[in-house]
Amino acid sequence: MSVNRMFRTCPSSGLVFHEPAEKLMRWNAVAAAVSLLIGGLLAIGVVLTRWQAVHLLPADRFYQFLTAHGLNMLVFWIIFFEIAVLYFASSTLLKARLATPGMAWAGFWLMVLGALVNNYSVFRGDSSVMFTSYAPMGAHPTFYLGLILFAVGALIACFVFFGTLMVAKAERTYHGSVPLVTFGAITAAIIAVFTIASGAIILIPTFLWSVGLVEHIDSLMYKTVWWAFGHSSQQINVAAHVAVWYAVAAIVFGAKPLSEKVSRGAFLLYILFLQLASAHHLLTDPGLTSHWKIFNTSYAMYLAVLASMVHGLTVPGAIEVAQRAKGYTHGLFEWLRKAPWGNPVFSSMFMSLIGFGFLGGISGVMMGTEQLNLIIHNTIYVPGHFHATVVVGTTLAFMGLTYFLIPVLFRREVAFPTLAKWQPYVFGLAMMGVSLFLMGAGTLGVPRRHWDIGFAGNAFGYEFPGAAWLMMALAGIAGLVAIVGGGMYLLITVWSVFLGKKITTPGFQHVRARDGIAPSPQPVAAAIAAHHPSAGAGGLVAPGTFALAMVFLVSFVLYYFINWKYLSTVWPLK
Amino acid sequence: MNAERIKDDELSDEPVPVMQQLLDNPFLLLFLGIAMPTVLYIVWGVMEIVSLPIAK
Repeated sequence: MSVNRMFRTCPSSGLVFHEPAEKLMRWNAVAAAVSLLIGGLLAIGVVLTRWQAVHLLPADRFYQFLTAHGLNMLVFWIIFFEIAVLYFASSTLLKARLATPGMAWAGFWLMVLGALVNNYSVFRGDSSVMFTSYAPMGAHPTFYLGLILFAVGALIACFVFFGTLMVAKAERTYHGSVPLVTFGAITAAIIAVFTIASGAIILIPTFLWSVGLVEHIDSLMYKTVWWAFGHSSQQINVAAHVAVWYAVAAIVFGAKPLSEKVSRGAFLLYILFLQLASAHHLLTDPGLTSHWKIFNTSYAMYLAVLASMVHGLTVPGAIEVAQRAKGYTHGLFEWLRKAPWGNPVFSSMFMSLIGFGFLGGISGVMMGTEQLNLIIHNTIYVPGHFHATVVVGTTLAFMGLTYFLIPVLFRREVAFPTLAKWQPYVFGLAMMGVSLFLMGAGTLGVPRRHWDIGFAGNAFGYEFPGAAWLMMALAGIAGLVAIVGGGMYLLITVWSVFLGKKITTPGFQHVRARDGIAPSPQPVAAAIAAHHPSAGAGGLVAPGTFALAMVFLVSFVLYYFINWKYLSTVWPLK
Repeated sequence: MNAERIKDDELSDEPVPVMQQLLDNPFLLLFLGIAMPTVLYIVWGVMEIVSLPIAK
């Protein structure tokens, strides 16, 4: 049989890599890093313009930078990395050969082509329509074409992932249910298929409209269907980074989920309800009824929020149980104090969890409430929220996973280890600052997209309070520090991958699957891929996590109450 | 050894709970994950928009 069945077992982790899958993971990770570099460079212009005292770019250049920044970060960086995660979670964790590697490469090159075409379109200068690209604001046809090509490539990758699951099942490479991390990846892939299909439904007619073959695109119809693509694309991230949290807990601590049943049930809630939260972008739009809005946000979205809270409880809970088993039992938080805070794999993941929950999660629920949404709709609070979810939550989690993958996947030592130790703190804490300051400014009414909050030269100006200007300045400073943190990540990863010290394994050779891959049961591979009985049964096994959950709950209730109080002052009923 | 084998046999004969069957079937999950938002978000939303009266 001519099918390539070459596998390699990582000597340090015990993980099994199928050669074509390994190569695809590497190329997708490199494409992701390139997108992050482009998006990061553009962020400098965005940050220094919204910092009103600097106000670097003229309006046209600002919107161009903002468009390219949004697309490179929210779409290209994240989805290239997620495809690598999908191949890792299917082929590597299930020890299976990748289904149709040729199709996977076709998907990858389509994604690369789509990203290039889309960037070309934006840098031409006539497609500064921002990430949302609301019709009837039109872009050059290549803008939509690039996105469509990218989406088709990503869809192919998703089906290669599902095909690999079938291969693994047919060739009996695992027993029983798939590992929890793979189940999280399945959740991400399902949301991705819906996301891409929604994108096709709206972007194909919009492309035809841009070339003159369709006469009219209804703006409300566009917004409604587009957000099924635009917001759901960020829900892929949520499922993927939660899967990464579970993986990192297993990698660093050998942690077992408190209850696999509960964790899988929470992922099921994501599959059923997470995508419906897209409706919160339309809460102030006329034409859609409150029934539709409230069902999709306040009812369905809360079930997805419940799932996030389950994951937010079970991941640190699992870590606490693992740490207590190692003897860190003193008081409520010795397990946390004695955690490996100098290991960037752990520190990235834990800050991702805290930032996603406290900043992104609580603000997301507030925004998803129809009445409260009125306070902050289309203000810079919204970018504050999604920099907490997508950047602190997803990007930081992916950065942490990268530090694990450099030696395991790329077979290189991590370069500049001291810098790597500090990088998650520089990037994560600064980005938490960006989120908080933008949310603060948004609460004071600073618009999301207006280039100049001074409204210089406008007939109808508006004077924002001094605190709003201060918040924007602080967001600018924190943004610059975060860009430095992102630069540190790229320096470490690029240097490690291309110039880092090679890790060689004496006597290494590829083994054919039919001859038996016989991986040695190393702790990491076993911890990620194995199934575990419930660790949380029979009493309070994670009291520290329970205390943290109570802090979260009190913060949540207080913040929710404060916003209702605030609403009553800005919208007096007489 | 024999007792262990019997135990294994019993385990393999044990019916798989319905919920686990659902969670173990990625294509059923794929169907649900597409059908739910398609009906509740897209179809419902689009029906509301197209039923809006046209301004005269």
